[in-house]
Amino acid sequence: MDNDNILVMKNISKNFPGVKALDKVDFFVQKGEIHGLMGENGAGKSTLIKILVGAYTPERGGEIWFKGNLIQNNSPILSKKLGISTIYQEFNLIPQLTVGENIFLHDYPIRRGLVDWKKLYRESKRFLYEVGCDIDPSLKVKNLSVAQQQMVEITSIISQNAELIIMDEPTAPLTKREIDILFNLIHHLKKRGITIIYISHNIGEVLTLADRITVLRDGKVVNCLTAKDLDQYKLIELMVGRTFENTFPPRHGKPKNEIILSVKNISDGHKLKNISFNLRKGEVLGLAGLVGSGRTELLRAIYGADPGISGEIKLNGKLIRIASPKEAKQNGIGLLPENRKEEGLIPLMTVQQNICLAAIDKVQHFGLVSNKKETRLAKNFVTKLDIKTPSLAQLVVRLSGGNQQKVVLAKWLAEGTPIIMLDEPTRGIDVGAKYDIYVLIDQLTLEGISIILITSELPELLALSDRILVMHDGRVNGEFENEQFETKKIMACAFGTIKNGGDMSES
Amino acid sequence: MPNKIFKNWWEKVKSNYFQEFILLIVLLVLGTVFSILTDTFLTIPNMLNVLLQISIIAILGFGVTIIIISAGIDLSLGSVMALVGMGTAAILTSSVPSIPLSIMGGLLIGGAVGFVNGINVAYIHLPAFIATLAMMSIARGIALVVTNAIPIYNLPESFLFLGSGFIWGIPTPIYVMLALFFILDFILRSTKFGRYTYAIGGNEEATRLSGINTNRYKLLVYIVGGICTGVAGILFTARLGSGQPTAGVGYELDAITAAILGGTALFGGSGNLIGTLIGAFVMGVINNGQALLNISSYVQYIVKGIIVIIAVGVSTFRYLSGK
Repeated sequence: MDNDNILVMKNISKNFPGVKALDKVDFFVQKGEIHGLMGENGAGKSTLIKILVGAYTPERGGEIWFKGNLIQNNSPILSKKLGISTIYQEFNLIPQLTVGENIFLHDYPIRRGLVDWKKLYRESKRFLYEVGCDIDPSLKVKNLSVAQQQMVEITSIISQNAELIIMDEPTAPLTKREIDILFNLIHHLKKRGITIIYISHNIGEVLTLADRITVLRDGKVVNCLTAKDLDQYKLIELMVGRTFENTFPPRHGKPKNEIILSVKNISDGHKLKNISFNLRKGEVLGLAGLVGSGRTELLRAIYGADPGISGEIKLNGKLIRIASPKEAKQNGIGLLPENRKEEGLIPLMTVQQNICLAAIDKVQHFGLVSNKKETRLAKNFVTKLDIKTPSLAQLVVRLSGGNQQKVVLAKWLAEGTPIIMLDEPTRGIDVGAKYDIYVLIDQLTLEGISIILITSELPELLALSDRILVMHDGRVNGEFENEQFETKKIMACAFGTIKNGGDMSES
Repeated sequence: MPNKIFKNWWEKVKSNYFQEFILLIVLLVLGTVFSILTDTFLTIPNMLNVLLQISIIAILGFGVTIIIISAGIDLSLGSVMALVGMGTAAILTSSVPSIPLSIMGGLLIGGAVGFVNGINVAYIHLPAFIATLAMMSIARGIALVVTNAIPIYNLPESFLFLGSGFIWGIPTPIYVMLALFFILDFILRSTKFGRYTYAIGGNEEATRLSGINTNRYKLLVYIVGGICTGVAGILFTARLGSGQPTAGVGYELDAITAAILGGTALFGGSGNLIGTLIGAFVMGVINNGQALLNISSYVQYIVKGIIVIIAVGVSTFRYLSGK
């Protein structure tokens, strides 16, 4: 039966100091299939892939067979040569160069010792066409959207005769519409006989896309099943190892009538156009909208993170001016930014120092940072948020994504701001940590904290929000109370096909 | 049990002070070699001599370490030191030759130049490399223009004590170096300023979005660095016994080398002053030992470079292979 397996990984183990990252994993991928690889963070997905591409060496006894041949002395260069390529979340493109140059970066066509530009652009056009995307190869990569860049990356890999493509969370930076285009492309590649290993946290995506799914848990293969035989609950159960009755916890908090934050006519002269809304005490206000609709910009504008903002912000009825994040903090507003690695964490600092970064004034003693007070404050939140770390002195960079995110959240809880804005708090974290964050959001509103929430996962937004504002093209294009949440209408507002309350006939 | 204690200790050293540990081994090896080859190396007077010789570099190194931790750099140290020296000497030879006033003046010049560097980096957003490279040229130019390139001699004896005097048999600059080390190390460890310096170097945007006025702290970092340069400039002038407008050429590189040897990462976010102190000491030992062995100073340059490559290379290699 193994004859049509393009990839066989047998008896793969990998030990890191103190951790068994992989334990005798067998992993089979059939030729021409889309194979989903799932598991919580730390389950061993990335380690397995790194071994496959030769970035890590497996322990003795592990074997990798590709197209019937045993791979020996594997390395990133060798695996690529054999036809195994990876699309990472960060692209390997050079922004200042053109699309064509990037596609042929590995091997420029040469004619009489010089680059044959004509051939380069002709060929890259052909490759782009084959992959099914319509991008002018003479454009500079930096001028492309994220989705287009991803396509260029895929095209570049195809041009190098990749037969097995590994995609690691490829939809994370994409909008809904772009995701559809990517899925088409993936199906297109499959038709051409290319095999795909698809890694994602998004259960829905994997279920719709994959032919078969391998689930890893704690470094072991739990099962490998046909996608048709699975639904999301079964899949979660396999990943987490326990049954999940509900994906979302019940909501206990109820917003009070009191308006804590009132925003009027916020514009940035660019993306945001006259946005006004109120936030009530203890409320979770969800912001729906496509990527690029201005949700992140709105939060950053309120937070004073970007210059050139006009409009009024009232806190408890009092007009305030926020010109910097520092002033936002002083006024009791906190922001959990979209990219935790770039904007949320100080990777070289410890868990304790990260948690106490915003609230450092609270742990001072005679003008000096008191280690005792700091430890107490950090410990409190490590317990409260169930942050899994061997110690408070652990460097935050060593934690898993979910625990890192909890540290960023703890930073604001430690400071104790009554308003917290969360920009994609569950992006790229595992199911267990997601659930913890859902519970926490509910708990915080019970304590009277008000939350503005952005998430691109609509079910999450629907389950957590008391009220949803839909943004489209820098404007508020719809408002829905909890009882009237309707996926179709919200999406239509997000796409700009209807306005609030407008009938669906237009769409 | 002792085994376990040792293991814990070793884990801690390995993760936090590996570069310092490597340096100490280098120091041990060099020390042994020099002790065997010469009779004079391992004597108290010679060790004090080494400490005296490194004091200026170490003090400059403390300042630049703090700046590098904040992900900045300062190339203007050497020139600014000369400028400080000229200012101090000018006050000492003026109609009010007060020593406290001249010291204040020197510190003020150092701090003021640091302030300008800080404004350029933090508020005008010039890359630190460019801003301080320009300042290197400007400060040297001012030192030359103001004095017409003529050194200032005849400084009062009591001032020279700062550079060449002894207290209880130990040269004065060593006290200044150690005092500054303890003060700055404490500031870096135990104050908000210190914490923010590491945070800014580790991830400036995340620090800013934590509601911290990062620009203000970056400015402060350069002012502190400038004051260190001021201290170094005053000591240097007192040692030379004159204000020399061409003094201190290349000192910025020695100071940066001491910091890097001591484990301060050039891209910011990590490092400490004890490393810089040991780094400067290693450089001092290398120079001193070779001088005792009558090795030509030209060869010494080569050796210094090789030691840097080996010492930093070992820890970089470990960092990369540990990934």
